[in-house]
Amino acid sequence: MSNAAVLIKDLGFTYPRQSTSCFTNLNLEVAEGERFGLFGPNGAGKTTLMNCMTGLLKYQQGSIQLLGNEIAHQKKSVNKLFGFVPQDFSFYQELSPVENLAFFGAWSGLQKSEIKNKTEELLEVMSLTEVRNKKVEKFSGGMKRRVNLAIGVIHNPRILFLDEPTVGVDVHTRHAIITYLKKINEEGTTLIYTSHQLSEAEDLCNKVALIDDGKIIAHDTLEQLLIDHQEDGLEGLFINLTGHSYRN
Amino acid sequence: MFKLWSTISKDFRILTRDKLGLIFMFVMPIVLAVVITAVQNSTFEMLNTNTVPMLICNRDTGDAGKQMQTAIEKVGMFKLTQVTPNVTDKEISERMHAKDAVIAIVIPTDFTQKLQSKADATAKKALKDFGMSTTDSLVTDTSSVQPITLLYHPVLQESFRHSINGALRSSLQVVQNKEVLKSLYFALNEKTMPDSFENEIIGNQVAINEVPVSRDGSRNIPNASQHNVPAWTVFAMFFIVISLGGSVVREKLNGSFVRLKTLPTNYLIALISKQLTYLFITCIQALVVFSMGIWLFPSMGLPKLNLPADILGVVIVTLICGWCAVSYAIMIGVLAKTQEQSNGIGAVSIVLMAAVGGLLVPSFAMPESFQFIMKLSPLHWCLEAYYGLFLEGGKLKDVILNIIPLLGISFAIQLITLYSLKRKNLI
Repeated sequence: MSNAAVLIKDLGFTYPRQSTSCFTNLNLEVAEGERFGLFGPNGAGKTTLMNCMTGLLKYQQGSIQLLGNEIAHQKKSVNKLFGFVPQDFSFYQELSPVENLAFFGAWSGLQKSEIKNKTEELLEVMSLTEVRNKKVEKFSGGMKRRVNLAIGVIHNPRILFLDEPTVGVDVHTRHAIITYLKKINEEGTTLIYTSHQLSEAEDLCNKVALIDDGKIIAHDTLEQLLIDHQEDGLEGLFINLTGHSYRN
Repeated sequence: MFKLWSTISKDFRILTRDKLGLIFMFVMPIVLAVVITAVQNSTFEMLNTNTVPMLICNRDTGDAGKQMQTAIEKVGMFKLTQVTPNVTDKEISERMHAKDAVIAIVIPTDFTQKLQSKADATAKKALKDFGMSTTDSLVTDTSSVQPITLLYHPVLQESFRHSINGALRSSLQVVQNKEVLKSLYFALNEKTMPDSFENEIIGNQVAINEVPVSRDGSRNIPNASQHNVPAWTVFAMFFIVISLGGSVVREKLNGSFVRLKTLPTNYLIALISKQLTYLFITCIQALVVFSMGIWLFPSMGLPKLNLPADILGVVIVTLICGWCAVSYAIMIGVLAKTQEQSNGIGAVSIVLMAAVGGLLVPSFAMPESFQFIMKLSPLHWCLEAYYGLFLEGGKLKDVILNIIPLLGISFAIQLITLYSLKRKNLI
């Protein structure tokens, strides 16, 4: 069995000043090298769980380990191990891609020469070379998504958390992003991904978990889950397990 | 160090691309300093160098009215315009509304006669008190002297009106004293007092030597620039809250802050970077406004800003004031939930702190109840420190008692910021 990239044991989390817990005794393991997809309806707890895994939220109970490091105890050293691509554009719109990469590269702990090399590589891969010195605020949504992703991977993280990385982009950009994610996964980066784009998830993920009402209700390879629940696609499986009712 | 340098570089780039923020930071203090100095300087000049236009309507036909007019001229404070005695008070008012003058005095018709009678009565009483008999030639009129009417334009400030009133009273005193002396002289000598004697007694007044109390012993009289340039520099430094507070809120609200929290670098680096970047900006603000005061003001007809002898003191006070301003702006940015909150609370609080801190109203003129609140305003201590150097000619050691509270307030602001960041799980 491969080592755990993420190991969650008996996780309990409640938002401050709220009486209802988001998670109670939640357990989950993501192996190194996996392309793991976390899915669920709105309000199921996907983003909260991802925020707990990345240390953005402090959990009250249980443990979360990234590559064997407890995130609550060694936060800053653990932060070197992973990258995060939030759903929102998480960079400075007033700056160019080069300036953003230089700043976030430094904050990721890279040296000047490393930043320079990695910046050139990422601009090339993300097709941003021609606009390298233009302010990001002038970019299209697809270009901003690529900048967002480039910043998340500048320090070659061993685990990459992606919160809906392709929302609002055209087919070409989506294809380019998915292709790049598969490439870095082959090079050893574990992907932990959430999205509402289930067809895209089928293409990208080799392991999925469905979360609803703060509980993991299914967790296996996509093929096995489809066999177990006699479904022919992730969308059918999703409806089967989470029901048809609207979620807020 | 590389992280800090990268962050400073990022902050500086963002700052220089925020054109509106730069206008707020540099154009606003320059405009304020120029406008307020010009306005105050014109008042200073009106009081100190120029003469106040005054209409004088002398309805008296005797000598006292003329003497009164001469005494007023000798004060040197007024530019007199004579109006004919038959002009009514209403017509005088209309001329004042037409801005011919801001003040007018009307000397009543029987001013000389009544004043002489009063002087005679006073002289007679004095001689009687001395046990000397009086002659029948001193005829007294016991009816009181009609008052001289002072008409003033409503725009005239009360303090200025009081000083005019004082000048007129002093002129009136001269005329009254002269009449009393003449009556006494006549009663004793039975002849008119010679002019030479009159001038000797009346004109031989004790001089008043005016000395500004400066710490360095210089006798430079502080001008409007010495007052306004430091004051509006402090105001501008604190008004950095619009740019810096907004920058902190923007960073918090957009996704970059979320990403920063997931990176292996403490957010304190970002705060230190912002403090250093904007501290540099506050120093540049001071440099720009002071330079304007020194080199540009004279060419605009405004008084030149004279730098204090202790330049190092000015630099240190500027750094401490800047640090306090930057700390305050960051605190507002951290506490505010939206950019609108940051801008609104930031701007209003700075104006209020400027008002209670003595920038808009002199601190000595503050009511007793505001004295404590005034001491809580960092702008008050900044201003006092600058005034200690610019107006009083002091050195750094002379303003140390202003710097200590300022540092205390800055540390308190920093602690509030850190506590808020910790409480919001931002560090």
